[in-house]
Amino acid sequence: MSAVRRRRAIALAVARKDLSIEWNSRVLVNQVAPFASIIMVMFAFALDNDGILQRVAPGLVWLATMFSMLVVIQRTFAVESADGALDALRVAGIDPGSIFVGKSMALAVQLFALEALLVAMAVVLYGVEMSVLGLCEAIVTMVVATIGLACVGTLYGGLAAGARGRETLLPLLLLPVVAPVLIGATRATEAAFGSAGTAVSEGWPWIGLLAVFAVLFGAVGTVAFGPLIDE
Amino acid sequence: MDSVIELKGVVAVLGNFPALAGVDLSVERGEIVLLQGPNGAGKTSILRVCAGLMPIERGSGHVLGIDLTTNREAIRSRVGLLGHTNGLYLDLTVKQNIMFWAATVNATRAEVDAAMATMRVDKRLASVQASQLSAGQRRRCALASLIVRRAEVWLLDEPHAGLDAQGRDELDDLLRAAVSAGATVMLASHESERATGLATRIVTIDGGGAR
Repeated sequence: MSAVRRRRAIALAVARKDLSIEWNSRVLVNQVAPFASIIMVMFAFALDNDGILQRVAPGLVWLATMFSMLVVIQRTFAVESADGALDALRVAGIDPGSIFVGKSMALAVQLFALEALLVAMAVVLYGVEMSVLGLCEAIVTMVVATIGLACVGTLYGGLAAGARGRETLLPLLLLPVVAPVLIGATRATEAAFGSAGTAVSEGWPWIGLLAVFAVLFGAVGTVAFGPLIDE
Repeated sequence: MDSVIELKGVVAVLGNFPALAGVDLSVERGEIVLLQGPNGAGKTSILRVCAGLMPIERGSGHVLGIDLTTNREAIRSRVGLLGHTNGLYLDLTVKQNIMFWAATVNATRAEVDAAMATMRVDKRLASVQASQLSAGQRRRCALASLIVRRAEVWLLDEPHAGLDAQGRDELDDLLRAAVSAGATVMLASHESERATGLATRIVTIDGGGAR
């Protein structure tokens, strides 16, 4: 088996394992999704104005995603440390880059499901309307932003996993780093939603920024994840 | 007999603390070697050096012919280190745990079945979530993972800890079965009375050195 095929097999095994853990435990469905939904409802209570809600809906969707993502990342590394599984992977000489890719893939799947729920809630709760072209742009934005968030989330989750006070350390480290995704994804989603008369075409440059972010953190994570978890 | 582990004058440090002070140790294929000694004597450090997790400061070491001073990362895929934890995913079933490890080394279904049979993981146990297992069952599941990973040298740190008398006897039987199947076992224990019956050789560690 070539090295590339072996790495791909390990990444897929790690992704399948993380998704099986979620399937067995249903934490995303039973805890994170309700948490994200409550955030969306609380925003609606706080702003309490249809016009304002429609205008700021893209930002609220991505803020709710970021907050929920913190819970998902904490969870994805908690299962690794509960019985020393991440140590076992490290001790077994499993390629850390493949572990990073696999965990990022599983996290991306979970985040994408969460974002789909949040966009649907924005449509129902905030009265957001989208054209077919806008819907396509929203889906592309979600895919590209999710890849970036999953890569950076896995990288910083691994960094914080072995640290004392990791529950509070992770948001402190992660939120400033994902600020470009928040800005880019919000602008692109505004274009998709047509918020405040924005045209759909105005979103594509922001999607480009999101793609650069995803590629950058995908590459950095693949290289840096090994030394990070070794520490 | 050929030497699987060969340590000569190995010195290793843990931060600023000298963990090993000139260890000489040789383990032959098919042996079950018990490292005994008080807490802090250096038993765990020897296991970690042999697993390629701890660098050698002075001296020389080889495991399965691989030089631990120059190429210690290469040994990791060929040895299995089981510490105080079992390395299991508690939300997965026993079978899902073993299948995951099998996928990381591209092991066949027959290898998985053989590992489960060796560790007496039957169909009922295979479908139980790891979080529901007793300490002894978790150890069996972890050892099955070592088999399926094709670990040639098993490095076990206090493997009897947390097991009742029956679980300890079962573990001893399973380790003997693993050695019969070709594995070499080195285990560290401060409960030497317990492991003496299992070991084919006993090495006493004291003050970071072997006697």
